[in-house]
Amino acid sequence: MSSWETVIGLEIHAQLATKSKIFSSSATAYGAPPNAQANLVDLGYPGVLPVLNREAVRMAVKFGLAVDATISRRSVFARKNYFYPDLPKGYQISQYEKPIVEKGRLEIVLEDGSRKTIGITRAHLEEDAGKSLHEDFQGLSGIDLNRAGTPLLEIVSEPDMRSAKEAVAYMKKIHTLVRYLEICDGNMQEGSFRCDANVSVRPAGQEKFGTRCEIKNLNSFRFIERAINYEVARQIDVLESGGTIRQETRLYDPDKGETRSLRSKEEANDYRYFPDPDLLPVALDDEFIESVRGTLPELPDEKAARYVEKFGLSDYDAGVLTASREMGDYYEAVVAKLGGHEKLAANWVMGELSAALNKEGVEITASRIDPTRLAGLLARIVDETISGKIAKDVFEQMWSDDKDADAIIEAKGLKQITDTSAIEKVVDDVMAANPKQLAEYRSGKDKLFGFFVGQVMKATGGKANPAQVNEILKKRLTG
Amino acid sequence: MSLTRQDVENIALLARLSISEAELPVYVDSLSKILSFVEQLNGADTGHVEPMAHPLADQVQRLRDDVVLEEDRREKYQRNAPRVEAGLYLVPKVIE
Amino acid sequence: MTELHHHTLAELAAGLRARRFSSVELVTHFLARIERSNPELNAFITVTAEEALRAAEAADKRLAAGEGGPLVGVPIAHKDIFCTDGVLTTCGSRMLSNFVSPYDATVVERLARAGVVTLGKANMDEFAMGSSNETSWYGPVKNPWDPKKVPGGSSGGSAAAVAARLAPAATGTDTGGSILQPAALTGLTGLKPTYGRVSRYGMIAFASSLDQAGTLTYTAEDAALLLGAMAGFDERDSTSVDTPVPDYAAALDQPLAGLKIGVLKEFFDKGLEESSATLVREALAQYERLGATLIEVSLPSLPLSVPTYYVVAPAECSSNLSRFDGVRFGYRCENPADLLDMYTRSRGEGFGAEVKRRIMTGTYVLSAGYYDAYYLKAQKVRRLIADDFVRAFARVDVLMGPTSPTPAFDIGAKVDDPITMYLNDIYTIGANLAGLPAVSIPCGFVGQLPVGLQIIGPHFAEAKLLNVAHGYQRETDWHKRIPRGYE
Repeated sequence: MSSWETVIGLEIHAQLATKSKIFSSSATAYGAPPNAQANLVDLGYPGVLPVLNREAVRMAVKFGLAVDATISRRSVFARKNYFYPDLPKGYQISQYEKPIVEKGRLEIVLEDGSRKTIGITRAHLEEDAGKSLHEDFQGLSGIDLNRAGTPLLEIVSEPDMRSAKEAVAYMKKIHTLVRYLEICDGNMQEGSFRCDANVSVRPAGQEKFGTRCEIKNLNSFRFIERAINYEVARQIDVLESGGTIRQETRLYDPDKGETRSLRSKEEANDYRYFPDPDLLPVALDDEFIESVRGTLPELPDEKAARYVEKFGLSDYDAGVLTASREMGDYYEAVVAKLGGHEKLAANWVMGELSAALNKEGVEITASRIDPTRLAGLLARIVDETISGKIAKDVFEQMWSDDKDADAIIEAKGLKQITDTSAIEKVVDDVMAANPKQLAEYRSGKDKLFGFFVGQVMKATGGKANPAQVNEILKKRLTG
Repeated sequence: MSLTRQDVENIALLARLSISEAELPVYVDSLSKILSFVEQLNGADTGHVEPMAHPLADQVQRLRDDVVLEEDRREKYQRNAPRVEAGLYLVPKVIE
Repeated sequence: MTELHHHTLAELAAGLRARRFSSVELVTHFLARIERSNPELNAFITVTAEEALRAAEAADKRLAAGEGGPLVGVPIAHKDIFCTDGVLTTCGSRMLSNFVSPYDATVVERLARAGVVTLGKANMDEFAMGSSNETSWYGPVKNPWDPKKVPGGSSGGSAAAVAARLAPAATGTDTGGSILQPAALTGLTGLKPTYGRVSRYGMIAFASSLDQAGTLTYTAEDAALLLGAMAGFDERDSTSVDTPVPDYAAALDQPLAGLKIGVLKEFFDKGLEESSATLVREALAQYERLGATLIEVSLPSLPLSVPTYYVVAPAECSSNLSRFDGVRFGYRCENPADLLDMYTRSRGEGFGAEVKRRIMTGTYVLSAGYYDAYYLKAQKVRRLIADDFVRAFARVDVLMGPTSPTPAFDIGAKVDDPITMYLNDIYTIGANLAGLPAVSIPCGFVGQLPVGLQIIGPHFAEAKLLNVAHGYQRETDWHKRIPRGYE
């Protein structure tokens, strides 16, 4: 049956890239020895108090401005009370009734190229919890509180997505955005960027939402898509066999590719939110907000539009090149060095360079060939010193050592032959060496033209200028 | 407000407090009395009153510079811990 | 003959400066008095004799070099709610009966820097929840004026120690009268400053929007000295206020002529014992003789302060005390069967009955379906009460009334009836809800038991309050009386 409509809303947790924690001055760096970065405030020691990190506030505002949201002039921190060993105070400091960012929106591009706007209900600041390690310590769990107090921006969407693919597109867009804004490193493996998905289904045409389930802690784009698809199928299955959906929290098991209920024998959660009396209302004036606005970079959509309009790139190419701020920066650096030739630069960044980066699994910022060297190579294509094909060989060489394109071209004698008389000589030699083919060609077997091109290129080691070879061959072969 | 034994048991679980059978009726009684006592508040006209979360009006949150000032004092802080191993606080198994 | 413990803090400070005695002599003297009397009074949970003598030696060096401010070398006691680095800090609870703080509270740090020597940690109601010092895991504290009576609470150990001359002054904390009420019941000057005046960092939280540190001393002059060293902005406490600390001692001698005193109508209600009422009225008459004008003031919402407090304070405490879970510090039950068992038994066994009662009250009033009816309602009434005070201070300089409805009551008399116990704080809670500074000074005796006069001022009017209190103490000698057996 295809009469079901899927409804998805996402709650994305982005760890903010501050140096210190949201309410304490200990470091947020990943990978320290257990509890080495948990100070008295992070540990919830008796008597200690939270003091808010300005940078976390700036980052939240920056995000809000980037999604056309309302920035609250006055927001309030609240306590969310529950007991868990990785939650040191027995409450999480979060925002409840008055979040710092409200009512934003973001446009996503769907597979068919159409665009859709996803509403952002709110984004609020809160502190991350620690981690429970389940390796066996004589049947006990170990608690590491290094992560406790790391600032999080929780970005809550409207239930605007209608498929797993839309959800992934939205999440990728937010992922790109937070890295553009330099407010989150986006590292999903380390948990810097993760999400909970609220999923429900309803009969097509029905206005009322179905009962939703929340899938917790999804930390890869692939898992999100699979988890949502599994969950949608599960819910439809339950409903079609006459059952009802129970509102609950579920966990995705990537090994089995299933979601399962997080059944807790404890009572239903009652978080008893109330304003945190240790923190005062956060008041933001226009001056603060405008100072943050002044730090906004060109956003991905703006950048892509500029590439299309100014550089003549296709929507697709512009989209790929703006998928990360670093990619765009690299590309524009190549264009700047090259003095134009935007399309050629785009092809190379998206083609050879991206393939090489993927192969090695490194980020563009760690590329073995920097924009200057790549532009140096492309310049030799532009001025016809080498052909595009030879350029690929040079690129490979450049990847494995740190020489410039010119040095490699020089050392290997790859310079293109453009001397007409030299090419004429080779053409004459080839014709003389292949009388049979020449006769056949002249008697009408046009296809053999390619054979002669190949022979000339072979004889010149691929260095002959292809356009000249064509022209001379055409002239000579017809006799 | 008169609470039942079940009410008190639920509150105690939410607050993570073990209450003995003997204590239970005492809390049922005293908590009921306290809630009835505070219900005097219902008589106050608070129609247009803003709730007051802090005693000083007009104070707003001060923002701290984003600077790391801490060094690792794990050893000292963990001297108070009931049970640690390999730098981790140990608790009975956490089941998700 | 005048002995060292007959002096006020200000006199001791002057004596140290004049080198009439050394800090080591002073500290040794008080340590000996503690050793003799503490077994009876139970005022101290921990006595830090060695540390005190070391600090006294250091203070004597500073004194010899003419260094430091007015408090160098004077000993005091800290309420055991203040975290002290390397010292057991129990908050009167089994939960923290093994807790050695790894850091100093700001109050402790500032006083130590000023050269003040800590004699030890004073007993208190468990987590400051109580009005009689009977909820302490370390047992009840006796009132030096009558060992059958309570000293008040929650700063009962601080009050008893100072009243019995085991320490010339002590710190306390006040959430709903926890400094003022014991000061009244033990014949001391108690000062609760404006909320935000003294840093709460390192002071184990009971109810964050109400808690404030203050002093228990013999005189307003002593309070001025100590407050000057304790007060001030602290970047580690977001609710600490960044406003300059005035010279409290300099303002003490301002004349009181023209002072407008609001007499709180609601405080002279049927709950106030007539003998106490008479003494308070006599004190008001004394102020009139000093040139002040009495104006009757009514704060119509004030009678709701106790119910408001018993929603707000438990709500905040239920959350503040969630950190005591047996994971990182404090008491953990034996052989927990599983995680839930560890939580419920560690907390069930680690907390006493009153603390559990308040945690459950607070949990209930914050829970789904009850938040608006209880917590939000109380926050609204809290504003009505605060607004009443604002209107009153538009007309008068200070407000006066009794501190406590009765003098000290018998140990055990009210332990089984929480509401009756809560009503002890009926006159002091208003100042906490509104964040106002208040002072209690002794204004006479009913039999051998002291009675306190309460003076409440507008925000940050500590200098005015101490000036008003000092004016009275220049004319009276109630504050000079010493309980029998402790002379």
